[in-house]
Amino acid sequence: MLEVKDLHVSVEGSEILKGLNLTLKQGEVHAIMGPNGAGKSTLSAVISGKEGYEVTSGSITFEGRDVLEMEVEERAQAGLLLGFQYPVEIPGVKNIYLLKAALNAQRAARGEEEIPAPEFMKLVKEKLAAMKMDPSFLQRAVNEGFSGGEKKRNEILQMLVLQPRLAMLDEIDSGLDIDAMRVVADGINSLRDPERGVLIVTHYQRLLEHVEPDVVHVLVDGRIAKTGDKQLAYELESRGYEWVLEESTA
Amino acid sequence: MASEEMEQLVRREYTQGFVTDIESDTVPPGLDESTIAFISEKKGEPEWMLEWRLEAYHQWLKMTTPSWAHLNYPPIDYQAISYYSAPKKPEDRPQSLDEVDPKLLETYEKLGIPLHERAALAGVAVDAVFDSVSVTTTFKEQLAEAGVIFCSISEAIRDYPELVKQYLGSVVPQGDNFFAALNSAVFTDGSFVYVPEGVTCPMELSTYFRINAANTGQFERTLIICEKQAQVSYLEGCTAPMRDENQLHAAVVELVALDDAKIKYSTVQNWYPGDEDGKGGIYNFVTKRGDCRGDRSHISWTQVETGSAITWKYPSCMLRGKDSIGEFYSVAVTNGRQQADTGTKMIHIGENTRSTIVSKGISAGRANQSYRGLVKVGPRAKNARNFTQCDSLLIGDTCGAHTYPYQEIGNSSSIVEHEATTSKIGEDQLFYCQSRGISEEDAVNMIVNGFCKDVFQELPMEFAVEAEALLNVTLEGAVG
Repeated sequence: MLEVKDLHVSVEGSEILKGLNLTLKQGEVHAIMGPNGAGKSTLSAVISGKEGYEVTSGSITFEGRDVLEMEVEERAQAGLLLGFQYPVEIPGVKNIYLLKAALNAQRAARGEEEIPAPEFMKLVKEKLAAMKMDPSFLQRAVNEGFSGGEKKRNEILQMLVLQPRLAMLDEIDSGLDIDAMRVVADGINSLRDPERGVLIVTHYQRLLEHVEPDVVHVLVDGRIAKTGDKQLAYELESRGYEWVLEESTA
Repeated sequence: MASEEMEQLVRREYTQGFVTDIESDTVPPGLDESTIAFISEKKGEPEWMLEWRLEAYHQWLKMTTPSWAHLNYPPIDYQAISYYSAPKKPEDRPQSLDEVDPKLLETYEKLGIPLHERAALAGVAVDAVFDSVSVTTTFKEQLAEAGVIFCSISEAIRDYPELVKQYLGSVVPQGDNFFAALNSAVFTDGSFVYVPEGVTCPMELSTYFRINAANTGQFERTLIICEKQAQVSYLEGCTAPMRDENQLHAAVVELVALDDAKIKYSTVQNWYPGDEDGKGGIYNFVTKRGDCRGDRSHISWTQVETGSAITWKYPSCMLRGKDSIGEFYSVAVTNGRQQADTGTKMIHIGENTRSTIVSKGISAGRANQSYRGLVKVGPRAKNARNFTQCDSLLIGDTCGAHTYPYQEIGNSSSIVEHEATTSKIGEDQLFYCQSRGISEEDAVNMIVNGFCKDVFQELPMEFAVEAEALLNVTLEGAVG
């Protein structure tokens, strides 16, 4: 469903991604691991359309559509959804309002009617319970005054409500304690579906103990240096990244 | 009206000569004692009122336009303005909504203005207006039952001269400032509200006013008096863009609150801002002041300012009574070439007086906006408290926001707090919303409305909803 081909991306003149290739099929969960500065966050930012990243060559297609030609909101409406590493605070805007506006924008893009209020409340309450979040979260301003863990749960809550075709999670596990990690992992697991895909960008193998990836990629110096199954994640945890780099340049 | 047409009209009227004929409906442009006498006579005013106007006129002659505001506009020729003109005759007005600018209608639609009000707002001479006449009558009966007087200032001068004599100019004296003096000399209409002791006005004075707003003039004069323990909530203006042929507006609003009285005054101002270059927009120079004359009295100003090419406006509170409270909540939006210099003055005179200022300024396009606020605490105002929060939000990088807070503290037991922020609408916030599938325009609206929430929640419910819609329309095309 997602096909990244020979992607070269520069930020302020310096090349971060240097010919990245990635294929993710429906129903698969992929993890991208790699050392700091390898370009992990750049990849998810470029796929979701964040400004400030210059694609110098290569292509990204999602279900046959040229992603680089789409506006940010069109990508989301097509089902490509990014969970932020650092979710943004929006003072004065209630969480529930953002959720509803986002859901209805996506429905409108699919030619569907706005969701009726009772149905929406039922849906949100169910997902809140799944994320072990208090209903008072809905009435608070988006991410304002949320703890690190609450922000991350909120990202997954949005995913559960919006039900993306492909969920991209950028370091969703950073700053989570064990309990929150389990809740977040359960949330991600509930997104697993033969029709959908999940792309997890992470530093550590910790999250992958709870969310088993089908494919693990190692991103080093702007390229996928190695691809394997979940065993690769364990290997990286014990051996670090150096050997992958040596192996790939050898 | 195009300036060419305006000129033609002016010239045509000029050829009719300077005779102030009481039968005619319009005076030629220009201002002198005979113009004022004409207005006063036309209104059927008593002698004392004419004298009061003339006093104001003589003070005005010695005054000059204030130049301290951060505003840029060509000098106004006060002799080129016609100071009295009767409403347009029905045959000169559009005969149906089909003749009205479709863009205007589109805006009404977006704002959710009820159908029967659209025609009235667009100046259409149709029976639609009659719908509202019956509504008006019902309201009037209800108010009369409660003993509340609510009428035009002209009627009040004729029917309640003692009240008017006692209070008119007691908050904003004739010579207060250049525009107030001009208004005092030539005001043609406005509203008068009197709430007797112990009475809480049985309704928001809103719908009534909106329907009648089409008749409000260029030099509007409003006087609201709340006796002891009385309460009123007054709503001025309208979210719909208002057509008006007069470029210069100089209104005066005076509020008087006696012991334990409470006045809540809400404004939504959406006068024509002019075209893309700011041409033809309204100049709005307003003097609004509330006098908390009684102990424990409470005056609250809430304003949403989105229209006009130029806004010069500082709704203020004189906190005389002990334990009296003054509040100012403001959202000002400028887009295109609009300029606004607005803020408030809180003058603490009595003991234990408290004031709150929350100002939210939003600038987009090539607009310029200033917050100007004075908090003055007199020597007798022991334990006075003020809290000021003043936030500016910039959209794009060709607009400007400025903050001019002034504080004069005359005793040591008072506490004055001031918080100010200026932020650019966050690229990160926009991206966050868009990456959820929300369009850029909706995202801007969402963020801006969130920014204004503290003020909107002070507005009466129905107005708050309209104000949000209005903000969205005003900021259309501000991004991208």
